[in-house]
Amino acid sequence: MNEAAWAVGRVSGFVALFLFTGSVLLGIASRSGRPVFGLPRFSVTLLHRNVALLGTVFLALHVGTLLLDPLARLNPIDLLVPFLGAFRPFWQGLGTVALDLVLAVVITAFLRHRIGQRAFKAAHWFTYVAWPVALAHAVGNGTNGTDKLFLVSAAASVAAVAGAVLWRLSPTFLETARARQSLAGEERPR
Amino acid sequence: MTGSLHIDWTRCDGRGLCTELLATLLTRDDWGYPISRRGDGIRGEVPIAPGHEEAAREAVILCPKLALTLRPPAKSS
Repeated sequence: MNEAAWAVGRVSGFVALFLFTGSVLLGIASRSGRPVFGLPRFSVTLLHRNVALLGTVFLALHVGTLLLDPLARLNPIDLLVPFLGAFRPFWQGLGTVALDLVLAVVITAFLRHRIGQRAFKAAHWFTYVAWPVALAHAVGNGTNGTDKLFLVSAAASVAAVAGAVLWRLSPTFLETARARQSLAGEERPR
Repeated sequence: MTGSLHIDWTRCDGRGLCTELLATLLTRDDWGYPISRRGDGIRGEVPIAPGHEEAAREAVILCPKLALTLRPPAKSS
């Protein structure tokens, strides 16, 4: 039983990170306003949301099983307050930080229509902190975090997200960027 | 008529989700902003043709800028 909790706890953490990487990439793609892989824009948005929620489910599984696991020695307080852990407290604390940021992002996303665009967006920026922190947590805390295979896939993920962020910052990021730039200075038609 | 879709132009960024969901009612101008295909009336007030209520609700929910709201049919006075 303990073996199972330990195994599920580790694998689910990896799956959650993989899904969150996908969700970050899909989120940036949807922000560009372009269809992706032939999917219409609203499908990209829904895919971004659903991949993120699936990642959150695996995150809950990751944390839940390790709470039950005597080897991980995870306390409920570790879910809220970082850096108090028994095993590699710094790296586990990064997991706590990422968990709390993800919860903030998910809850504000669900409440978007109630709390308004500004508050939703402000919280959504946390993903750019949560993702690298979660990745660092996986490398530093994971039993196989420094395995060659994991480090290679982590490096590939960093390259993909960094590339997406650079694209996000480029002047032609928006689908409509060119059309709107050629009109710079003129009044937008109503 | 079953009400209208109100577009808040201070929020709309022309991301194109509503024009996909309501392709028979809306099209995009050269800069990506939605315009009514009927081409009459007020530009920010799109009449929802029967059968498109569900798609209109989806558009309101999914609009990335929260720029859309549903308005009940105007009462004739």
